[in-house]
Amino acid sequence: MEKIKSQPGDLTLMEVCGTHTMAISRAGLRPLLEPGVRLISGPGCPVCVTSDTDIDRAIATASIPDVTMATFGDMIRVPGTEGSLADAVAQGAEVRVVYSPLEALELARGNPERRVVFLGVGFETTAPTVAATLLQAREQELANFYVLSFHKLVPPALRALLALDEFDVDGFILPGHVSVIIGSDAYGFVSSEFGVPCVITGFEAADILQAVYRLMVMKGEGQPAVENEYSRAVRPAGNEKALRVMGEVFEPADAEWRGLFVIPGSGLVLREEFRRFDAGSWDVELPEPARDRGCRCGEILCGRIRPPECPFFAAACTPDNPIGPCMVSSEGTCASYFLYCQEDD
Amino acid sequence: MAGDVITIAHGGGGTRMQDLLREIIFPLLGGDTLNTAEDAACLELPPGKLAFTTDSFVVKPIFFSGGDIGKLAVCGTVNDLSMVGARPLYLTLGLILEEGLRLEDLERVLRSIAEWSTVAGVRVVAGDTKVVERGMADGLYVNTAGVGVIPDGRSISISGAVVGDALIVNGYVGDHGVAVLKDRDGFGFQLDVGSDCAPLNSLVEAMLGVGTVHSLRDPTRGGLAAALKEMADASGRAMELVEKDIPVRGEVRAVCEMLGLDAMLVANEGKLLAAVPESDSTAILQAMKSHPLGADSSVIGRVTEGRKGRVSVLTPLGSARLLRMPSGEQLPRIC
Amino acid sequence: MCLAVPAEVVEIHDGEMATVDADGARAKVSVQLVDDVSVGDFVLVHAGFAIEKVDQEEAERTMELIRELEALSGHDEIS
Repeated sequence: MEKIKSQPGDLTLMEVCGTHTMAISRAGLRPLLEPGVRLISGPGCPVCVTSDTDIDRAIATASIPDVTMATFGDMIRVPGTEGSLADAVAQGAEVRVVYSPLEALELARGNPERRVVFLGVGFETTAPTVAATLLQAREQELANFYVLSFHKLVPPALRALLALDEFDVDGFILPGHVSVIIGSDAYGFVSSEFGVPCVITGFEAADILQAVYRLMVMKGEGQPAVENEYSRAVRPAGNEKALRVMGEVFEPADAEWRGLFVIPGSGLVLREEFRRFDAGSWDVELPEPARDRGCRCGEILCGRIRPPECPFFAAACTPDNPIGPCMVSSEGTCASYFLYCQEDD
Repeated sequence: MAGDVITIAHGGGGTRMQDLLREIIFPLLGGDTLNTAEDAACLELPPGKLAFTTDSFVVKPIFFSGGDIGKLAVCGTVNDLSMVGARPLYLTLGLILEEGLRLEDLERVLRSIAEWSTVAGVRVVAGDTKVVERGMADGLYVNTAGVGVIPDGRSISISGAVVGDALIVNGYVGDHGVAVLKDRDGFGFQLDVGSDCAPLNSLVEAMLGVGTVHSLRDPTRGGLAAALKEMADASGRAMELVEKDIPVRGEVRAVCEMLGLDAMLVANEGKLLAAVPESDSTAILQAMKSHPLGADSSVIGRVTEGRKGRVSVLTPLGSARLLRMPSGEQLPRIC
Repeated sequence: MCLAVPAEVVEIHDGEMATVDADGARAKVSVQLVDDVSVGDFVLVHAGFAIEKVDQEEAERTMELIRELEALSGHDEIS
């Protein structure tokens, strides 16, 4: 801590992973680090960045009478154009919260008369687990298991942010567990092409502080690089087996990131040979897309503003009554702020 | 009794229902008052102020590690009475049974109610039985109402906390919620920890025997966080907690981390949060630690000057963060 | 995206499953995504799967760092 305080400079650092945002808030690090180091949150919450249209599709799919939707708990209260999955449940949709996609497989096996659709959200940490589950479904010749994939990829999102003119951060704190899968080499372009230093780190306060310190040093010395402070689990090439499994089932496609724009090659869709498992290919009726709510989630995800600067924050938009996903997800930037950070007194 | 499951006829008020009462319910719950089968229980009350509470229990599954819906019902109501300093005396028992509920399950629940009523020193004196169609009631819903008497001179209230008070919990938090989760379908966790469900009245009496207690709250739904916030709001005080002094078992913490739950928000059924004057805190903590339900008691913080309702938590790093009320049910998450 | 917990492998089962133990909590997870898992290995668990082995020595070093940091900070206000 003293080492950080003794470093000169006025730095803006972006943490990309929602779990880091939460950890930072829980440990009360933001006020400790200011004013010398300003931590802003990037688009690291796969729930936060799921577009309205995607949520509408999930709700429409779940509302089909013989469908049981299995989903991670994070997605239940995310608002789409006309309400959330939770609202759909109240209207009669059958939705089950699961901890693992393997539970959805169990559901399908035990309920042959239902079509079980697993809602796939998450970055590269989660996509391989869904892919592995789908491979098992194929092996077991299950006829009633499907995946609706809204998975997204981190490196293309970083590239899209870095390419924006107005984007200007001094360093990235990179997601530990995504990196376990994709490896530290995957981020090389951030420092080599864009000159921004990065540190991959774990989720203890000590890990994060270590990352902040290393970023300050790299910035100070003008030697941007990708450093791996989570080497206990992250290797340069990542988990090759997991990447292979993921690649066998999924392929990259363009994807819309809520509050941002369509980022090329940043989403995952099921490959053609898995089409029969793809609930995304179903014909469902979607509501008219909503006019712009006025919520500034996009700017928050980009790190351009912080939650208190959004006019809806803690007023019209609260965890009980969320407008955008930044507040709905318990990991969302605004929800973290609301729950854990110091208010002004 | 014919058959081995509950049928609609058992709730009908006719001979089938009489059979159910006489052959199963009354023998298991026992007691002079109940057996008179009067329309209402006529009771003697010792001097003092009457305390009156009610609760409904819909827990699923009805049998879980460390307890069942019957034990939960008795302890839940006994504890509500204890939180205002009342000595619990009598309970009513409303049963809503699902058609198809196995009689042996009903008996097991009733035996549990009988056992824990005896432990808590209360009697079931009135009740009601209804039967609903298959598909409703998840097997069995229970409602209890409880009466107790607050001896003169006691004044314990949710708004009673005063600046300088020590905040004490009687042991590990998060056990119940996690125990119930592990027995539900899916999730597939196993740990040796069971529900902490227990009647707290004797612990409260032990505390009051050595000192004054300003405020008590049992951290059920919403967990310890909700209880703290409610106490802070009601009393108009601020609170400062020390994170590392809040007792959470290692394996409960591990399950919470895996599922993305916050142990502070997980339900407890055998815990209390007490605000006691600083001068009495040592004696009270000692008394709690000597009691079987308080062996792991810990002072977790203080009531302080500050904006009312503001609860801050001192992290192991020395920084502070704010605690706020959980909104709605915690769900397992991957992020 | 990132809730993963380190746990020790205590038993390996058929069908690429294993029982892991984290501080006394046990869960059955798939090891389909990691090669050569043996009893005694530590793995990161996410969504019911082991996603990678954790290097125990490195993990120990981090725990040391954490303990050190907490001991230094204690209850002092860091301003």
